Amino acid sequence: MKVESLFLLFLGLFFGGICLWYWFWGYEDGGTMMLFGATLLGFLPGSYYFFWHRRFHGHKYFFWGRIKAAGDRPEDRDDAEMADGAGDIDSFPNSSIWPFVMGMGAFSLVLAMVFGVWLAFIGIPLMITALTGVTAESRRGGDI
Amino acid sequence: MTDVIEPTQTGLQVPEVPTGEPHGHAGHEDHGPSGILKWLTSTDHKVIGLSYMITAIAVFYISGIMALVMRLQLASPHSSLLSFSQYNALFTMHGSLMLYLFAGPFAFGGLANYIVPLQIGAPDMAFPRLNALSYWLYLTGSITMMLGFFVAGGAAQFGWVAYAPLSSATSSPGAGPDTWIMALVLTGFSAIFTGVNLCGTIFYLRAPGMTMFRMPIFTWNMLVTGILILIAFPVLTAALVMLFCDRHFDTHIYTAVGCHLVNGLPMRSCGSPLLWQNLFWFFGHPEVYILALPFFGIVTEIFPVFSRKPVFGYKGMVFATMSIAALSTGVWAHHMFTTGAVLLPFFSLLSLLIAVPTGIEFFNWIGTMWHGQLRFTTPMLFSVGFLFAFLMGGVTGIMLASPPIDFATHDTYFVVAHFHQVLIGTAVFAGFAGLYYWYPKMFGRMLHEGLGKWHFWLLFIGFWVTFMPQYVLGLLGMPRRVASYPSNLGWQSYNIVSTVGAFIIGVSFAFLLVNFVVSWRKPIPAGDNPWDGQTLEWFTTSPPPHHNYTHLPPIRSERPTWDYNHPDALNVPHGKAAHTNGKTNGKVRAGV
Amino acid sequence: MGTANSSFLAGFDSVGAVDPSLTSAPPDTPESPGRRHKSARRRLAAAGVVLGAILLGGCQLPTFGAYKGSTSQARSTFHLWQGFFIAGLIVGGLVFLLIVWAVFRYRKRSDDVPVQTQYHTVLEIIYTVVPVLIVIGLFIATVVVENKVTAVEPNPYTELHVYAFQWGWEFQYDNGVKVIGQTTAAPTMVLPTGKTVRVYLRSYDVLHGFYVPEFNFSRYASPGYWTSFDLHVLHNGVYRGQCTQLCGLYHSLMFFNVRSVSPAAFQTWLHTTGAFQRQHPNSIGQLPAGIHANINGTAPGYSGSSGNTGNS
Repeated sequence: MKVESLFLLFLGLFFGGICLWYWFWGYEDGGTMMLFGATLLGFLPGSYYFFWHRRFHGHKYFFWGRIKAAGDRPEDRDDAEMADGAGDIDSFPNSSIWPFVMGMGAFSLVLAMVFGVWLAFIGIPLMITALTGVTAESRRGGDI
Repeated sequence: MTDVIEPTQTGLQVPEVPTGEPHGHAGHEDHGPSGILKWLTSTDHKVIGLSYMITAIAVFYISGIMALVMRLQLASPHSSLLSFSQYNALFTMHGSLMLYLFAGPFAFGGLANYIVPLQIGAPDMAFPRLNALSYWLYLTGSITMMLGFFVAGGAAQFGWVAYAPLSSATSSPGAGPDTWIMALVLTGFSAIFTGVNLCGTIFYLRAPGMTMFRMPIFTWNMLVTGILILIAFPVLTAALVMLFCDRHFDTHIYTAVGCHLVNGLPMRSCGSPLLWQNLFWFFGHPEVYILALPFFGIVTEIFPVFSRKPVFGYKGMVFATMSIAALSTGVWAHHMFTTGAVLLPFFSLLSLLIAVPTGIEFFNWIGTMWHGQLRFTTPMLFSVGFLFAFLMGGVTGIMLASPPIDFATHDTYFVVAHFHQVLIGTAVFAGFAGLYYWYPKMFGRMLHEGLGKWHFWLLFIGFWVTFMPQYVLGLLGMPRRVASYPSNLGWQSYNIVSTVGAFIIGVSFAFLLVNFVVSWRKPIPAGDNPWDGQTLEWFTTSPPPHHNYTHLPPIRSERPTWDYNHPDALNVPHGKAAHTNGKTNGKVRAGV
Repeated sequence: MGTANSSFLAGFDSVGAVDPSLTSAPPDTPESPGRRHKSARRRLAAAGVVLGAILLGGCQLPTFGAYKGSTSQARSTFHLWQGFFIAGLIVGGLVFLLIVWAVFRYRKRSDDVPVQTQYHTVLEIIYTVVPVLIVIGLFIATVVVENKVTAVEPNPYTELHVYAFQWGWEFQYDNGVKVIGQTTAAPTMVLPTGKTVRVYLRSYDVLHGFYVPEFNFSRYASPGYWTSFDLHVLHNGVYRGQCTQLCGLYHSLMFFNVRSVSPAAFQTWLHTTGAFQRQHPNSIGQLPAGIHANINGTAPGYSGSSGNTGNS
């Protein structure tokens, strides 16, 4: 997790620097806001991964608190064997009709914005059906 | 309908999968519905990736034909082939289709979807159903975009950038612009979902031992692209929603109506056409790199394989890619130099600085070939073509990063030539290099090399013949997006040359189609690893089985397949490589 | 460029589009000596600071396809262009040669596995640092020139308000003189040679691009805010201008001309011209009658029928 977190934190830091620089040079609020958004986009996931990186190494919250160190994930270790990744990776759906149904629902909804509200009467039921279907599928399908 | 994936094992044994699931297990052959239902319901990243690529290539051909029609129109100053409105609609759709619906989705929806999980040893993308939804949004987005041609008033005519207030309801009435907006909303969501999926897959589904700094550069670039997508596309989608509100709900976000001038300046509370440009280019410039980085990744896979060497300066390459991504969010207003309302030196400096990491990538590509054993197969030819094309586009790009030169050439054919050289260099040369390169992996059969070489050489010649005259035209002052031009300025001869070049490109792509047909009718079996590939995807079968791997080699460097196939590569004596002089004390390593 | 220029002049004079008072001050052709040479040298001295890269004789360098520039600002841009072109030629040429060398020299000769070189730290540092230095150099040159091009004089000789609209131009002078023209009836902006003119630019409707190729300059005309810049035309002449930013159906036809005359002739023109200057068609190019067959919808008529056609 270390590289992942540092990668994102670096991006956040860079965007933050650019954001400040831009604000104090240009006093332009639109661009500053967007750069600020980009900064957050670096920092939020970056600190999440950093949190887990620290926790894997026995720090409960970033720099304080102790917890049993689990060590790096196999994919973060240079010397990991394939067997180190033993156990379920995850449950993957094999095939599902719901993405298609939801796509068609979104299609109808979007066309409703252009061609008239009546299309929404097709789109909304499709979306609801798909959302229900996909949720039920996840519940049935195992530990997702 | 769910598979529980067990991690694959080292060595050659197929893992036994003792789960209670009734629907089959990892390592099994493809199962689930077949035929048309398979394409509708599959959540397999390979099927989705193929769907993406097929759709994107169809879009590419449609859009390319539009380009040919436009070039025909421009071959004479006052051609009556197209009316002004038809011409405006054509270049709008050409740009929109190529940029939003071909170049991006072909790379991050098609190739990345197919290749990234293979390269990191993952069984699938992290969110397979989201992946499928992403494809359906992309497909419906493409259909919505082209619906514009069939509505009253025709397709949108405001260029692919849709500058406000030209895109307002008064200046561009009708349903065509609305379909354009809605197509991009769909495509935008599709791209965001793909971005999430790529990041999730790369962060969480790597095989044991596949550390971040062992990932192939293609995967690295797709990760960076995914992050750029997450930065850029939400801004576009938000901007489009506001544009739609402006058009239909009278919000005046992008119109200057109601502005009162105070000392010649608008009050800060009124709507601003400039806001659209700011939002659009804050999306638009990262988008340029979303369209470039995946293709950098592709050639970075191809050069090492056909030089039989590792990537030169792997870590420098990764940092260069990250720097490009980082800088790319700080350069958006270099498209707005001529508004007279942006901070010139800031954007100029950051734009110029992008040349540095790009230069590093260039030197690394050359360094990869240096002292190699280059095999000029079709993918390699396309990659070298990319180098030349992108070099020219890059050099002119540096010129355009300088505001005074941009003032002189903005919105002329100089810019048109510049970005076509960049984008054709990346999306076409490198993109089709990737297609030729990974086609054997996808189908287990080769594309015909002879036809591929015809494709390449015609494309290469046509490319230069088309775009070099356009630089001259731009310097002479021919603006872009014009359907006619004065006949007494000497522009026609350049335009004719350019048109001829465009048709040469058109012919070259006929060879690709023929090549597809030939490979379908008379398959040339490829085997699992026809190119002596180095990265993980060449370890599995062609095409890969369901959930990709039955077993994996140990991953001890960024090219596990090479290490597996060339365990003795370290033993190459230095003396045998006569060109190695004493000064080249670079680290020599291969295998474990 | 010379041929293009003379054909403008020919077309222009044969139609006689501008007020007769102008004909008393025949424009210098771009080839005329004298004034031009002197000012060129002065500008060169200034630009010499900018472009240390071009060691001497900037004027003797080829133009690399660009206009030399007919305003003092354009001259600076032109010299910057030369500098960038040479830098691009050197760097691009070097990379080109490296690629060609690699491609031809290292073609497959045997089945040996080549040495697996992966890093060369010194080399990598060099090709990071050198581009950074080049970029810094280019940036400094850029900033110097950009400050010249965008500089506005505190006391310009005259001011000019330019309005763009679909699909034409309106030039308003200080004393109320207006020149309006659209599409095939291109208006002409008259400027005094050798004087600094402040141009305020704005649009009545959508974005337009004010672009005069020989001034090496373009600027968006935008609704909602004014943008301004200075033009200091160096010698008499006629320069074609055109809208560069897509502005709708007749974007392709949105021409104008700039005619630079001596300050005396400029003053004469300004004070003998009525409040409304009607322009004649075909002052630029030969847009044949056939072009209208190509336009669907109603072609905009010649200007002047209703005065200001801009819908603000």
